[in-house]
Amino acid sequence: MNKHRCLRLLALCAAVALASLSTLDQVAAAEENSFKIGLILPMTGQQASTGRQIEAAARLYMAQNGDTVAGKKIQLIVKDDTTVADVTKRLAQELVVSDKVNVLAGFGITPSALATASIATQSKTPSIVMAAATSSVTEASPYFVRTSFTVPQASVSMADWAPKNGLKKVVTLVSDYGPGIDAEKFFKDRFIFNGGLVLDSLRVPLRNPDFAPFLQKVRDLKPDALFVFVPSGAGAAVMKQFLERGMDKAGIKLIGTGDVTDDDQLNDMGDGALGVVTSHHYSAAHTSALNKKFVDAFMKANKGMRPNFMAVSGYDGMRVIYEALRATKGNGNGDALLAAMKGQIFESPRGPVFIDAQTRDIVQNIYLRKVERAKDGQLYNIEFDVIKDVKDPGKSH
Amino acid sequence: MLTILFDGIAYGMLLFVLAVGLAVTMGLMNFINLAHGAFAMVGGYITILLMQRQGVPFLVCLPLAFAGSALLGAVLERTLYRPLYHKPHLDQVLFSLGLTFMAAASVDYFVGSSMQIVQLPEWLKGRTEIGSGDWVLGMGHYRLFIIVICGALTLALQYVLAKTRFGSRLRASVDDQRVAAGLGINVNAVFLSTFAVGSGLAGLGGALGADVLGMDPGFPLKFMIYFLIVVAVGGTSSITGPLLAALLLGIADVAGKYYIPKLGAFIVYSLMIVILVWRPQGLFVRKGGRS
Repeated sequence: MNKHRCLRLLALCAAVALASLSTLDQVAAAEENSFKIGLILPMTGQQASTGRQIEAAARLYMAQNGDTVAGKKIQLIVKDDTTVADVTKRLAQELVVSDKVNVLAGFGITPSALATASIATQSKTPSIVMAAATSSVTEASPYFVRTSFTVPQASVSMADWAPKNGLKKVVTLVSDYGPGIDAEKFFKDRFIFNGGLVLDSLRVPLRNPDFAPFLQKVRDLKPDALFVFVPSGAGAAVMKQFLERGMDKAGIKLIGTGDVTDDDQLNDMGDGALGVVTSHHYSAAHTSALNKKFVDAFMKANKGMRPNFMAVSGYDGMRVIYEALRATKGNGNGDALLAAMKGQIFESPRGPVFIDAQTRDIVQNIYLRKVERAKDGQLYNIEFDVIKDVKDPGKSH
Repeated sequence: MLTILFDGIAYGMLLFVLAVGLAVTMGLMNFINLAHGAFAMVGGYITILLMQRQGVPFLVCLPLAFAGSALLGAVLERTLYRPLYHKPHLDQVLFSLGLTFMAAASVDYFVGSSMQIVQLPEWLKGRTEIGSGDWVLGMGHYRLFIIVICGALTLALQYVLAKTRFGSRLRASVDDQRVAAGLGINVNAVFLSTFAVGSGLAGLGGALGADVLGMDPGFPLKFMIYFLIVVAVGGTSSITGPLLAALLLGIADVAGKYYIPKLGAFIVYSLMIVILVWRPQGLFVRKGGRS
């Protein structure tokens, strides 16, 4: 390269740098009055439905409650981490360092949340976990606040309900990854404690092409019920093969956490899903005025897409952020916000919830639901029993 | 016991239909096509979309899935694959792998990344049980249907390759392209139709397997390993090799997961290693062909 060209290039660089500096000043002036939320979600990849639901819910909350709180203009920056934890970490860093966000939120899967923990801690950025459901997530950073649920919360509730309802012998079948193992462990411990008998515990590889051999094994063990935890999406496959194998006719019941009958997919599962009993914190069919309003507004804004348990976490997450900002009178300081998030008690579309100040985890009702065909001809999880104010059992040590 | 065997055979048959096209392109045409699974995915999605959005019956979807994937295979063969026939294998691998990623990304973009659900017709949903005690044989109707279709396809393929004029032309073109062309065989046309049929079969396999294996944009990558194992173990020179390999794998996989669930995922791979150490060329090797 000759000297002239080199010099010209340098001059160009300098000019660009100067120009961007002056625009930065203007931007900074505008930023005084804004409050930024960096929402990192899996919008593509395996868990894309999670991202879609949470984003839609967050936008709905903003549309309903306005985008100015305590004199600050709320700015939502959505980033796609493609369901890859490394990407989540990189995006979180960018959002904190260059966009200077006040709050991080989202995190579709447990590894994404764990990867971001150190960034949240070091930059003192409160981070709302809206999906990742492994118990230990909130212990990874003192700046994590969870508005979704924990797998143990849902699992132990099922383990409490099942033995009282004639299901004494159970086989567990879980996907072999963090949340799956959580579900197996907490269900099993509580179920045995309640006098039940776990005949066998099967772990299916996460990328398992065919459930047939595992289900055949379950059939031959002849339990009263099969407890299932698989990532949402695989639930439909398990349910179908369960029926195809005639296990319902062999007297085996299918029970599990609500991930299996995810509202997002439930209606496509067909009649086979009827009668499946699950335990979870949210059903789109929850009977409360607030939920009805939430579901109607959500479906109207999203071409009839039904909100699922991810959506309600996103909605409540935004509520927690709004109220924290209001309580601190527009102060964007991380520690002040965090303090204002702890201990919030409010009515969510899912029912009453409470952010435990000690664990920063959500305390909520867990409902027992059965899949039924509602009046509009669609399949819903109809709640028929409730266990009130369930704390995450993973933290009771 | 028998039920496990039955499930294994159904699974193996499915693997065979999915992989046979790859055996043909790799063994006969000497082209490494890692994008084979993408054609299977196309077939699967054709079926799912037609059934979900247009309400086309399942049985009509199957031939359409075959035709759609075959057509796509033919177009891509003419435009993209043919120039690569004489390139080194590494180029072919890189090209077809890239194609796979593009296919996965486009399905993700247009249809979405969630696992798709197929609603089978009522008459395929049931289950029949024969015998009693330890020898009870439970047959899911759909799996029986898979075995019948795949069995018929195998016989037809074997007949075409071994007994018809097209079969001998194909074998001739593969053994020595120049001599075959000199004898007046239109080598390009033979390869084109072979590639299209191979892709079509993959598509049909995808359509049949959508219910059992699940269909999402990760399908081609998830099953690439299985296809390659079938072809590597079975050898690439005949139909019977991959067929037996696929059956062996299917049964070993299902039985392994049933009897030793903790090790289930490893059994297939251990089996492959053992077989390849014992016979590096695969179970069945045709003699006399040019290597």
